[in-house]
Amino acid sequence: MSEMRTESSVSAALANARAEDRAALVGYLPVGYPTVEGSLEAMRTMVRAGVDIVEIGLPYTDPLMDGPVIQTAATGALAAGVHVDDVFRAAQAVTDEGAACVVMTYWNPVLRRGVDKFAADLAAAGGSGLVTPDLVPDEAADWLAASDAHDLDRIFLVAPSSTPERLVSTTAASRGFVYASALMGVTGARSALGGDAAVLVDRVRQVSDIPVCVGLGVSTAEQAHQVAQFADGVIVGSALVSCLVDAPDDLDRGLAGLDMLAREIAEGVRR
Amino acid sequence: MTDSTPAPQPLGRFGAYGGRYVPEALVAALEELDEHRRKAMADPAFLGELTELQRSYTGRPSILTSVPRFAAEHCGGAQVVLKREDLNHTGSHKINNVLGQALLTKRMGKTRVIAETGAGQHGVATATAAALMGLDCTVYMGRVDTERQALNVARMRLLGAEVVPVDHGSRTLKDAVNEAFRDWVANVGHTHYVLGTVTGPYPFPEMVRDFHRVIGVEARAQMLDEYGRLPDAVLACVGGGSNAMGIFHRFLDDADVRLIGLEGGGEGISSGRHASRFSGEASPGVLHGAFTYVLQDDEGQTIESHSVSAGLDYPSVGPEHSYLRDAGRAEYRPITDTQAMEAFRALSRTEGILPAIESAHAVAGAMQLGQELGPDALLLVNLSGRGDKDVHTAAQWFGLLEGDDPIESAPIGQAPDGAEGEGVQL
Repeated sequence: MSEMRTESSVSAALANARAEDRAALVGYLPVGYPTVEGSLEAMRTMVRAGVDIVEIGLPYTDPLMDGPVIQTAATGALAAGVHVDDVFRAAQAVTDEGAACVVMTYWNPVLRRGVDKFAADLAAAGGSGLVTPDLVPDEAADWLAASDAHDLDRIFLVAPSSTPERLVSTTAASRGFVYASALMGVTGARSALGGDAAVLVDRVRQVSDIPVCVGLGVSTAEQAHQVAQFADGVIVGSALVSCLVDAPDDLDRGLAGLDMLAREIAEGVRR
Repeated sequence: MTDSTPAPQPLGRFGAYGGRYVPEALVAALEELDEHRRKAMADPAFLGELTELQRSYTGRPSILTSVPRFAAEHCGGAQVVLKREDLNHTGSHKINNVLGQALLTKRMGKTRVIAETGAGQHGVATATAAALMGLDCTVYMGRVDTERQALNVARMRLLGAEVVPVDHGSRTLKDAVNEAFRDWVANVGHTHYVLGTVTGPYPFPEMVRDFHRVIGVEARAQMLDEYGRLPDAVLACVGGGSNAMGIFHRFLDDADVRLIGLEGGGEGISSGRHASRFSGEASPGVLHGAFTYVLQDDEGQTIESHSVSAGLDYPSVGPEHSYLRDAGRAEYRPITDTQAMEAFRALSRTEGILPAIESAHAVAGAMQLGQELGPDALLLVNLSGRGDKDVHTAAQWFGLLEGDDPIESAPIGQAPDGAEGEGVQL
C-alpha cells in the first residue's frame, strides 16, 4: 500500500527544500552525452552546484516531446553507443554523489526491457522513479503495479490543457511529485514563460496536496526564481544540456559552463 | 445492419493493440476530436456533405477495372480486378481521409491543419483540402524527402501550404511525424493534426479507417454487381496501412475472402534492409502513440526501415493490422523492391496502367497469389495510387534516362539517387 511506503529520496529532497523555505531544483541531463562517462561527470557537477534532484534522460530515437537541444543530445548519445543499462549506472552515480534521481524516459524502452524488470533495476540502482512524457495513467496499469512492487515514484505530467477531471485522476495516480508543463509545447528554453504555469499549479493545488514541480522552458536564474515562488520544484533541462551541446569537443569547457549555470539557477531558487 | 462495424473497445484497442500513448497535453484534444467525429459520423448533414465531396470533388465511386492481359501473362490465369483509387483527385486514396478530417477541423472551429508526409502524397492531399476549405496548412517532411521530391514540395506550395523540412533523426517520414506532434502540442488550441494513416493515438486508427472504409463498401457491392461473387482474396499494400484497412474492413465478416497485406520487403528480409513489420525482427511496442508491431532493437530504439517505396518506408503499422494478423484474419507478406518494380513494369506494359510503386507491391502480391491459386481464382487488388509521381524513379530504376546506367548493372538496393519513390500509403 502506498501509505506504508518509505519516503523516496525524491520526496526527502523536496521536504528538505521546503524546510529551507525554498523550491527544489531538478536538473535534467541525458545519459550518454557526450559519452557515458562524460554524462556521469556532468550529473555529479550539477549535484555539487546545488541541484537537488537529477532527472536522468534515457536517449530515444523518437523523442516527440523534446525540442532541438535535447534531440541533438539524444541523437549524439545514441550515435556514441549509449545503452539502457547506462541509465542505471547514472542512477547509481547520482545516488553515490548524495542526490536523489528520477529517470525520464519515453515508454517503449521500458516496455521492451519489461516494465517490472526496468523497475527492479532502477530501484536496485537507487533511482526514485520515472518521469513518463508519453505515458498517461490511463495506459499505465503495468507501471502502476511495478512501481508499487518496487516502491518507486511515478511522475506523470499535467498540462495547461488538462481538464479538471484529468487533473484529479492524474495527480491521484502520481507519486513523489507531479510534473506541471509550464506551457503548451516541447522542451527548450523560452525567453518568457507567461502565466500558464502559475495558473496550472494553482489548479493542481485545488485538487491535490502532491508536490508540484514546473518544467518546460525554464532556462535562467530569474525564471527559476519566479517559478520557485509558486512551485515546490523547478525543472531545468534544455538550458543545462545546451552547456554540453555548445562545447561538443571540449568536455571541460562544457562542464565549466554547466557548473556556472547550475550554480546561478540554484541561487535563483534560494533567493 | 448488414454492414457491421465492431463496437470500439475501451481506449481504442484492437485486441491488445492501439491505445493512446501521448503527452498529457494532447489528451484533451484527442478527446475533443473523438467526441466531434462520433457526432459527425452520426450526423446526416456531415455525412451528406462528405458524400457530396466524394462524388463531385474526388470522383467517387472509383471504378473496377479487369486486367485480363496482365492476369494471363503474370498471374497464372487468375482473374484480377483493380479497385481504381488511383483515379481519385490528387491521385490516390489519401483524399478520402483528408476530406473527412478537414470537415471535422471546421466543425471543431479550428483554422489550421498540419500533416506529415513521407514524400508527398498525403501532404498534397492535405494541402488540397486546406485550399478547398480555406484552412492554413503546414506540412512536415524529412529533409531527405524534400530534396528527392522537390516537385512535390513545389506542388504543395502552389496549393498554398507551408512545407517545413525536418532535419532531425533520420530526416525521413518517422521524423516528420515526430515534428508534426511537436507542432501540435504547441498549437493544439487552433490546429488539427491530419494524421495520414491508421496509426497514432486513439481515435486516429479508427477514424482514418472509417473515412477510407468507402473503398471496401464500394468494391464489395461492385464485385457482386459486376462479377456475381465476392473475390477469393483482397490484396493491398501496407505502409501505415490506411488503404488496406479501407478496403479490408467491409470484407472482415466474409470469412471466405482472404485479406492479404503486402509490406515493403526492401532488399529482402534477410538483408535487414526492409519495412516488413510482420516478417522481420519486429515485435510489439509503442511508436507514435500506438501499441503495435514496430521495427525496434533489443533496447526499444526504433530501427530505420527501407523500401523503394517511400510510402511503405515506415517502421510501424496501424494497430488494427497487428490485431488482424495475430487473429489470423489477415495475412501479410513482404514484397521486395525488385518484385514490386517488376510488377510495376508488367502492369504498365500489359494494361497501360502505371501504378504507384506502393500499389505495385499489391500488384506483385496478385502475381504470387494467382500462381498459387490458379485460373479459377478471382482477386481484387486495391490500386491505391497512380504512378505518375514515380516516373522519374522508375525510369532510373530501369535505366531509361539518357546517361543513366541501367539499374540491373548495379547491386540490388543501390538504386540511383532518388529511387525511393514518393509516399502514398502511410
